[in-house]
Amino acid sequence: MDSALLHIVLPELILALGALTLLMIGVFTSNGETAGRLVGWLAIGVFVAAIIAIFQQSGISIVFENAFVSDPLTRFFKIVILVAAVLSLVMTFDDFGRAKLMLFEYPVLMLLAALGMLMMVSANDLIALYLGLELQNLALYVIAAFKRDNIRSSEAGLKYFVLSALASGLLLYGASLLYGVTGSTGYVAIAAASRVPEMASNIGLTVGLVFVLVGLAFKIASVPFHMWTPDVYQGAPTPVTAFLASASKVAAMALIVRFTQAALPGISGEWQQIIIFLSIASMVLGAFAAIGQTNIKRLLAYSAIGHVGFALVGLAANNTEGTAGVLIYLAIYVAMTLGAFACVLAMRRKGGNVEDIADLSGLAKTDLTYASVLALLMFSLAGIPPLAGFWAKWYVFLPAIKAGLYPLAVIGVVTSVVGAFYYLRIVKVMFFDDAAEAFVPRESKISAVMALSAIFVLAFVLPFIGGTLVDAATAAAAVLAPAQAL
Amino acid sequence: MSNILSVITFLPLAGALLIATLNADAKGNARWIALWTTLVTFFVSLLIWWNFDTTTAGFQFVEEHAWLGPLKYKMGVDGISMLFVILTTFLMPLCILASWVSIQDRVKEYMIAFLVLETLMLGVFSALDLVLFYIFFEGGLIPMFLIIGVWGGKRRVYASFKFFLYTLLGSVLMLLAMMAMYWHAGTTDIPTLLQTKFPPEMQLWLWIAFFASFAVKMPMWPVHTWLPDAHVEAPTAGSVILAGILLKMGGYGFLRFSLPMFPNASADLAPFIFTLSIVAIIYTSLVALVQEDMKKLIAYSSVAHMGYVTMGIFTASQQGVDGAIFQMLSHGLVSSALFLCVGVIYDRMHTREIAAYGGLAERMPKYAAAFMVFTMANVGLPGTTGFIGEFLTLLAAFKANTWVAILATTGIILSAAYALYLYRRIIFGVLEKANLRSILDLSPREVAILAPLVLLTIFYGFYPAPVLDVTATSVKNLVQNYQSAQHTAAALLAP
Repeated sequence: MDSALLHIVLPELILALGALTLLMIGVFTSNGETAGRLVGWLAIGVFVAAIIAIFQQSGISIVFENAFVSDPLTRFFKIVILVAAVLSLVMTFDDFGRAKLMLFEYPVLMLLAALGMLMMVSANDLIALYLGLELQNLALYVIAAFKRDNIRSSEAGLKYFVLSALASGLLLYGASLLYGVTGSTGYVAIAAASRVPEMASNIGLTVGLVFVLVGLAFKIASVPFHMWTPDVYQGAPTPVTAFLASASKVAAMALIVRFTQAALPGISGEWQQIIIFLSIASMVLGAFAAIGQTNIKRLLAYSAIGHVGFALVGLAANNTEGTAGVLIYLAIYVAMTLGAFACVLAMRRKGGNVEDIADLSGLAKTDLTYASVLALLMFSLAGIPPLAGFWAKWYVFLPAIKAGLYPLAVIGVVTSVVGAFYYLRIVKVMFFDDAAEAFVPRESKISAVMALSAIFVLAFVLPFIGGTLVDAATAAAAVLAPAQAL
Repeated sequence: MSNILSVITFLPLAGALLIATLNADAKGNARWIALWTTLVTFFVSLLIWWNFDTTTAGFQFVEEHAWLGPLKYKMGVDGISMLFVILTTFLMPLCILASWVSIQDRVKEYMIAFLVLETLMLGVFSALDLVLFYIFFEGGLIPMFLIIGVWGGKRRVYASFKFFLYTLLGSVLMLLAMMAMYWHAGTTDIPTLLQTKFPPEMQLWLWIAFFASFAVKMPMWPVHTWLPDAHVEAPTAGSVILAGILLKMGGYGFLRFSLPMFPNASADLAPFIFTLSIVAIIYTSLVALVQEDMKKLIAYSSVAHMGYVTMGIFTASQQGVDGAIFQMLSHGLVSSALFLCVGVIYDRMHTREIAAYGGLAERMPKYAAAFMVFTMANVGLPGTTGFIGEFLTLLAAFKANTWVAILATTGIILSAAYALYLYRRIIFGVLEKANLRSILDLSPREVAILAPLVLLTIFYGFYPAPVLDVTATSVKNLVQNYQSAQHTAAALLAP
């Protein structure tokens, strides 16, 4: 393998070799708990090495017969995914340690899942797409059911597996149709074929597109393919939920962004309609279904569904600003989600973790810092300025207005007001209600994630944080622009 | 001098951070830091008035820095916004003083919320970028939500949610309109947008979206229903801020955006605004008449007084707009003072029921005198600030549409009815209730709060020139631009 090629796939190689090496280390270390912690920290080291490797890359390169692409867009997604992976792994140690589950398999599976995600992001071919997706999924099924003695965790793993397999099947069927119509699995060739004028009315192409999008919509949990989300988010161990809700969602969104814009620019009208529908349905259901929830993890699951809808608004606009908006939205969403799940992990009394919203009652009186951080995150998720969540919405609705999608934008902002209601409810429980029994003191790792998230949410408005992110996203989105010009 | 606006805007935030880093038990410290911060902010803000050039219509003390992408951090004031900045910085120390003994619970958080709120309010009046404006405008919801919800009365949760969601719903539509303006003009810079001519068709939609936000904030009938709830449940200082400053953001928004940026839509929809204003003036005055709760009564009277403001603004004449600004400033002093007066007796008796009082003149002569001044100003008695604003707006309305003026004038009679009726029931009569016999007159702290308000109410009532001088040039410029836009539109329509 020549060195240029090596350089391009270096982050993936680091993860793959790291996973295998850590597997060996884990197997040959006798004590389970020690091995788990050691492998966990080494895995963080591997993630950091991969992040550094990504920062070394530059330019646009397409390798392996056009199947694998590395450009600013993939690098943006990859960094967000890897940072999310590191932070969710950091949150795992103490929680799994208490359940005597801090085993070396877990970090290894996370490395493999992250590897799959990186493949998904870089996929420029339907086969590469499927490979990355399945690698990610298989690792995720296992870690979702990692608390194997817990019935809800097993249920989550099984449910995720069955429904996800169905979605993968649909996706494969759609991919085979696309291959049948265009004669190729590569995005470049599919794009070229889809630009032929008579292709616009080709039923095979449209049906293939629909099936692939259905499969992907399942992975990002957008309505009407969201049913698994509340159960899996509630049942899976909280650090795993954080990982699912952040990194895995970003990877799947990356797939959708590249698949729609790079593979099918010729029939953008068709997929735009689908995206608009998914977006509206997700925003509306996310807003209304969350109102009745009493479990905070279920509430965050519905909130995640709503946020996917908002992120899709940017994609529906089908312009460069829109793609940049999706990137910014996802980065901010990941920061807020990780912080929110860190807060959920900190909800711990003597008997173990609690998950009811009512358990947060009067938190401002017992632990003001904790309550303030969670309140900031809730206001930010609701999209109140000057917090980061507002900017996320600003950067997806701005392109939608440019594209003239006024009904979508109006429905979007109105549902964001409905959504504000349930975020406010959590603030209300914490600040206005009488104090319940205090939680046990927070662990330093959890506090660190909470603090990072809160600082990001507050400081995004400053030019050197928000500005840097926005510039990076704009540069990243520009790589898909030439495809649209045609 | 060039970055004085940023200094006064972020001084309170610095004070809030200082309090946040303090030891949680230090209640006294939190109060004193908050008081000194607001006082220093006030005195620094006076430098703006001192150095303000009344002969120019443009923005002054402008500062500009790069921010996120094409968005700029740009601040500046003109004759329309400058006095609102001063009003804000003036009322804040009074609010802190008014909360000195009535807030004993979570003092530190309370002071932080107020200081953050001050930063956001000052930002609203000095922002010269649409997005910056929106951030300050909406950001204010967070501290106000907490102030009502944590330190409010019995139905505080309901009131805080209603306040938050109502206002947010209005504002998100404005946000979309801002985006549309950005794509049309290519910038969010307010001075540039003031020069931009939006096509009349587009103006209409933009106008409606901005109206949704400002009408709720103002509040105009029929979207005023959040206000009585929020006022009644908020702590005294929260009501003062709501009535004194937050309501003014609506009027300020109409003056800064709707009127100058969408002049054709404003002209087309002025009859609509007049109708709503008159309904507000007459209907809410009648509603005020039957209230049993003092704060609710004053809240409804605020809605009625804001009716004069919207009426004045949309006459788009020199007197009308000058009068509207004056009315807003006057209402900022008078209704704040009335809420403070209610707070004084609420702190003593812990009830806002009008029926629980009576004959207070006997035990509280100083209080009765101060309350009298504010009641008269609320009615619009000549020699108080209330008169100037109402007179100017009615004068302008008379020229624009005689019927509007005639109907609006009946509001003055009604306001006299409810205000004097309130005064009679609380202050006059025989002191019958046993628990009122030991009530004490104003403490030195309360005198210190009310005295400046009494003085200013009377001073500007007799001598409004300092205020009108500041606004005159900017308003003249606004009115001229508005009229030239109408002529252009008329010329286009002419065959």
